[in-house]
Amino acid sequence: MKSSQARKLKEWVIEKSILLSGIFSVVFVLLIFLFLLREGLSLFRGVSIGDFIFGKSWYPISQPPRFGILPLILGSLLVTLGAAAISVPIGIAAALFIAEIAPQRLKEILKAGIELLAAIPSVVIGFIGMITLGPWIKNFFNIPTGLTALTGSVTLAFMAMPTIVSIAEDAITAVPRQYREAAIAMGATKWQTTWRIVARAARPGMVAAVMLGIGRVIGETMAVMMVTGNAAIIPRSILQPVRTLTATIAAEMGESVQGGPHYAALFAIGIVLFIITFLINGVADLYLHRSRK
Amino acid sequence: MVGQTVKFSLRGFNVHYGQFSALRNLNLDIWANEIFTVIGPANSGKTTFLNSLNRLIDLIPVSRCSGEIKLDGVDIRRGLEVEGLRRKVGIVFALPLSLPISIYENVVYGLRMQGVRDRQVLGQAVERSLRESYLWDEVKDRLHTPAMNLSGGQQQRLCMARILAGQPEVLLFDEPTSGLDPISTARIEETMLILKEKYTIVLVTNNVAQAARVGDRTTFFLMGEMIEVSDTSKMFTTPADKRTSDYITGKFG
Amino acid sequence: MNPRYSQKIAFAVLLLATLLVVLPVVIILLIIMVKGASAISWDFLFSMPRDGMASGGILPAILGTLYLVLGAIIFAVPLGVMAAIYLVEYSSDNWLSRLVKLAIVNLAGVPSVVYGLFGLGIFVTFFRFGASILSGSLTLGIMILPVIITSSREALESVPQHFRTVSLSLGASHWQTIRHSVLPHALPGILTGMILGLGRAAGETAPILFTVAAFYLPRLPQSIFDQTMALPYHLYVISTQVPGIAENVRYGTALVLLTLVLLLNLAAILVRSRFRRNKKW
Repeated sequence: MKSSQARKLKEWVIEKSILLSGIFSVVFVLLIFLFLLREGLSLFRGVSIGDFIFGKSWYPISQPPRFGILPLILGSLLVTLGAAAISVPIGIAAALFIAEIAPQRLKEILKAGIELLAAIPSVVIGFIGMITLGPWIKNFFNIPTGLTALTGSVTLAFMAMPTIVSIAEDAITAVPRQYREAAIAMGATKWQTTWRIVARAARPGMVAAVMLGIGRVIGETMAVMMVTGNAAIIPRSILQPVRTLTATIAAEMGESVQGGPHYAALFAIGIVLFIITFLINGVADLYLHRSRK
Repeated sequence: MVGQTVKFSLRGFNVHYGQFSALRNLNLDIWANEIFTVIGPANSGKTTFLNSLNRLIDLIPVSRCSGEIKLDGVDIRRGLEVEGLRRKVGIVFALPLSLPISIYENVVYGLRMQGVRDRQVLGQAVERSLRESYLWDEVKDRLHTPAMNLSGGQQQRLCMARILAGQPEVLLFDEPTSGLDPISTARIEETMLILKEKYTIVLVTNNVAQAARVGDRTTFFLMGEMIEVSDTSKMFTTPADKRTSDYITGKFG
Repeated sequence: MNPRYSQKIAFAVLLLATLLVVLPVVIILLIIMVKGASAISWDFLFSMPRDGMASGGILPAILGTLYLVLGAIIFAVPLGVMAAIYLVEYSSDNWLSRLVKLAIVNLAGVPSVVYGLFGLGIFVTFFRFGASILSGSLTLGIMILPVIITSSREALESVPQHFRTVSLSLGASHWQTIRHSVLPHALPGILTGMILGLGRAAGETAPILFTVAAFYLPRLPQSIFDQTMALPYHLYVISTQVPGIAENVRYGTALVLLTLVLLLNLAAILVRSRFRRNKKW
């Protein structure tokens, strides 16, 4: 019986490790938040939270430095809303096409194509946006630089669309067949069925898709850094350069002094980003659960 | 009956699935080397009863059992390890559930889990158990081909061989022929009659005629309760309870 | 308006939208291939940079990316697969499993630059690994953990329940059942997730900005405590911060990175579809 006892011991160790691995993901989320706080909280000894979030001036390297992130928040917001305005209607429309209208073979090709779009690294998309879209916008609108919030919105729309399309497509496909059959039996055309019945039934899933797409856009760093012009001022129009929260961290970390207020301010921006994406993802997940029921 | 060894004894046994009571106050004995058949309409607790004998019921998270089941006088919950119990009490399901591996690997699965590695021992076990389930001649030349290529009847006999390889003491059958044609059904019933010389068999069946054909003793379950138990011939000619005779004659089902 | 007529218009609009999503992929690929192909040569791919990046190749960036990605996988796959096994095979629907699932959803949504900050705070500073392959790999590993866990979960959940029931009914223990009757059949799905994780890690820049990446290193890294160059960071720097680099070199670098990532994703898609077609059950 010795060997079976040894086996039992081995299995106990394996099963405990498995349990620990499950808990690790919770630990990591907590750790991330903790370390952001650890490096970022020291900023608030010198600057109040209100001044930080609503301050209109971001001059981290001037004497004295100013750490107001409102221009950055507005920059992120402008670019995100612009990207959403482009990607949501197109994404939902594409999802409807792929889920309801495309024949099976075409569907598989399209879904693979969308997966590949999602896989393109953001630095490559930023590179293309910078080299092709930027100059085009500059010429088209006749403005001093092509690196603007609009350029960012268009570029980021392409990064949000795969997320929106694939999650919305899942939600639409999950609508039970009976809904469609009942509508057709009552004489509705395919389009009427798709738009009035199926899309409505898939709404929670589509809302989740949009939120996750937006969450992805808010968190985007490299592409945004390369196409939005990096001017940390409050934007007055969409054809101006802006700076987002994410780009600020990436661009300025290299020149900040470790442990200094600039360093801490960048971590504090990280805290803000973490909380925003935490909320968006949490709510989106709730909607996904509702759609699965 | 005098001289019969009791294999399983149940006293005051209950099963709940959450709030739903599936088996109530079950008291009965199963004797060694008999074919003990359980009949009754759907949802009367027959499968719950069977799954309790080898503690497969533990796999259902909302299940709660109380009362006592003893195998050879030992409580199966408190006195036995569940893996050892399941090796002694094997089960054949309603569908032929082969694992997606070769015939050979299906049969030796249980032995491998026990740690048996010697290829000779395994090979002998494979031949012995496939002969016992009357499948050897049909598959001896293709032991290493996928088990799922066999017919339904053959796969059911493979499932029997799988259990027999571990030299169990009790065989549980949960409506084993419900998906099979009459010829395969007859072959499995014949095999059961031969196997009872060595093993104790508990057979749950929806087919009253099957119980009449192979059962030594039969019990009738209705809505979670055991209504009566007796010799098969006696139950089918002079049942003690009216509900039993109504079921057997097809007045409800 | 006639319903049939409005249906035609609606379908045309939807088709247009789909094309708008899919065609840019093709266009991006074509632009990069056309403009970057001229830079690709044996020298470009396999030699060290010379003259401060003005000539020579990008070998250290390619190697650096490979090291980082391998390190990330070594960290994330065992942890991720075990976490998936926990969720599918061991947890019941209680507060703990719901918390774990919520944590995974959140890890998936954390912006990549915040991962960079985290890596900086914990690995570079707190553990004093400094900017190194070790710090970069660990950061990337945590970042791809949700990808590994999610795809492994799907793979495990797709294994039919009756495999487990049969195995247990033959006297196997819980872990034996997982090891012999579940995991082998989930391996292709787990492999798919691993390849997708590789592709994701290879393309990310922000997590490695503060934890490992350097622009111009004279030698290849000698140990995991060294810094290294990496393709995504390299592309970023030569397109935004270094003047005078030939246009086809920039496109060529983008082409190498894009090819690497797309090949990995294609491999994952192929593994997945072969798995679905050859399922033995």
